[in-house]
Amino acid sequence: MLTSSTNWLEKVKTRRNKEEIMGENPTHNKKTGLPRKRFYRARAHSNPLSDSHFPIPISPDEVDYSLHYPEVVKVDPSKKIEFADVGCGFGGLLIALAPLFPDNLMIGMELRDKVTEYVKERILGLRTTNPGQYQNISVVRTNSMKYIPNYFGKGQLKKMFFLFPDPHFKEKNHRRRVISPFLLDEYAYVLAVGGIIYTITDVEELGEWMKSCLEEHPMFEALTTEELEADQVVKLLTAATEEGQKVARNGGQTFRAVFRRIATH
Amino acid sequence: MEETNMDDCEHNRESEVAPALIAVHPTQKSVAVAVGSNLRVFNLQEGCSVSLVDDSGVHMHKDSIRAIRYGAEGKLFVSAGDDKLVKIWVTDSWQCISSVSSEKRVTAVAISNDGRFVSFADKFGVIYAVEIEGSHENQSLPNKKAVPILAHYCSIITSLECSPDGRYIISADRDFKIRVSVFPEKPSDGAHEIQSFCLGHSEFVSCLAFICSKDSQQWYLLSGGGDSTVRLWDFTCGSLVDTCHVGETGLLQSKEGIDDRLLAVTGLCATPGGSLIAVVPIPGETFIPTSLAAASSSNQLWMVMGASSLCTSDSAPLARVKVLDGFCESNQDSVEQEARVLEDKDLPGSEQLLQTLQGSSFIEKDALSAAAAAVKTAMCNLLIKKQYPSENREFRKRGRNDKRVDKKK
Repeated sequence: MLTSSTNWLEKVKTRRNKEEIMGENPTHNKKTGLPRKRFYRARAHSNPLSDSHFPIPISPDEVDYSLHYPEVVKVDPSKKIEFADVGCGFGGLLIALAPLFPDNLMIGMELRDKVTEYVKERILGLRTTNPGQYQNISVVRTNSMKYIPNYFGKGQLKKMFFLFPDPHFKEKNHRRRVISPFLLDEYAYVLAVGGIIYTITDVEELGEWMKSCLEEHPMFEALTTEELEADQVVKLLTAATEEGQKVARNGGQTFRAVFRRIATH
Repeated sequence: MEETNMDDCEHNRESEVAPALIAVHPTQKSVAVAVGSNLRVFNLQEGCSVSLVDDSGVHMHKDSIRAIRYGAEGKLFVSAGDDKLVKIWVTDSWQCISSVSSEKRVTAVAISNDGRFVSFADKFGVIYAVEIEGSHENQSLPNKKAVPILAHYCSIITSLECSPDGRYIISADRDFKIRVSVFPEKPSDGAHEIQSFCLGHSEFVSCLAFICSKDSQQWYLLSGGGDSTVRLWDFTCGSLVDTCHVGETGLLQSKEGIDDRLLAVTGLCATPGGSLIAVVPIPGETFIPTSLAAASSSNQLWMVMGASSLCTSDSAPLARVKVLDGFCESNQDSVEQEARVLEDKDLPGSEQLLQTLQGSSFIEKDALSAAAAAVKTAMCNLLIKKQYPSENREFRKRGRNDKRVDKKK
């Protein structure tokens, strides 16, 4: 091992130890009660093809809403999730959407367990510091490419988000992309007619791919420019997400494809 | 001692043990058995074995056949398997009219009810369709390319069926799912519209069958799975109508200490009379069918037990054929008593049939039970998700950078 890295680790270690002695819950910011990202660092990618070792609801009826939305369930136990942020990352979009759509339940789906853990803590922190708010958002660790139908019934969703997904450049790995002609069948199944699918990326090649997949699918049509401008959510795709902010900081370009689920025939 | 043998099999030739398969012509004109790469067909009308004619210009099956099936009208027959070839035969002359090549190993095949399309599923969960034109003339077709129509995300498709009303194509997978897709008018455009998902199994789904209710004339879907249940579905809306836990039927109570995991339902067959037959391999039984088939016109159930190849012996592929006769339309509970296994001499075609389908008229019992055990182990290894104890998983992750933070805490 390189000595410099060992030294660095030692430094981090002593700093962490100090913090642990000082604070009760060092992984959270003492003032805001929110989790601190550096304690939830994870790899940027996760293998979507591997067998999953986390619990998965057998059917949408088995999704435990009281666990995700305890306050909402108390008022209206029949409410269903209507927005899904697939690959929600650190949850920036969910948190921006929560006050805009207080009557819609939303869920973030993320494959990396540490990131999911962070979002969970973040939402819990926000709920504590803002009583009555952020009750309509939650997060679940899952592989949405495999288990979307286990979470949502036919036509249940109104909006689906695929923001800055893994680009998977190699042609061999294109089947790992979260937007693909075959997976769109499943998204079309869980989306209600009129429901909207939002995709955005900073990788031009992937942007082209997602757009062409959606264009070629018989159950989706593109939103018009006017519709895009009228939709308040579209602006959030870049402004609210951590990845979007990063791209903006670096002055990068983004490629967007927003499509509506249409009825067949 | 058998246990250790089985373990060896697991490591060496796990994927190479293929169960023997059986299929019966809808009006019982012929019966086909596939063992390993051998396809054996017996003409029941004339009581003679059928010699297959392959004009497609491609070789016969070179590796284990994993799926065989007759079309609903009996004019077509399809065989496919590990050699990535889907062979389409016409049953009046037993000519192979087309050999379609697949990119991956084929795990299941289906023929649309109108006989216009053959669908097959590969090991990565993609389902393809091939159009058959002029299948009624005995002409060879150009060897066509199949178009992918739908996919389960990287999951082995265990069973593929076209619904009896011809409207849906139903696929079951290793990830507990049954997907009901609207069969497209033009399969080249893909089967994008999903009618429903039948979700309820808590382990892999191994087999599908259809059953018609006598009162309402409505078709229902049956599924068997690794969770030792047989489930009844209203497949147009995906709702679970009934569940039968095999362990609770009373038949297994005499056997103690059986591991639940071993009680996977491996075969299903519904007879026209409305009876349901499910196969659950129980250790110690002498005859465990690896495949079932019934003609739509008779009350006989055809069963085969066998395996393609065994690590213990290098002999020819083994298969044992039996016929269960006499399903009555009366009540379901008494099926056990009324149906009986035909003696070898009473079989239609008797000695000759066994010669053709089994490869020999007499087969040792021991070899067969070893074969059945190997098949079952191979299937479970393939389909059951391996569960690592949490310590092992932590150990596997230890080398990863993102876990170091945890260790320092």
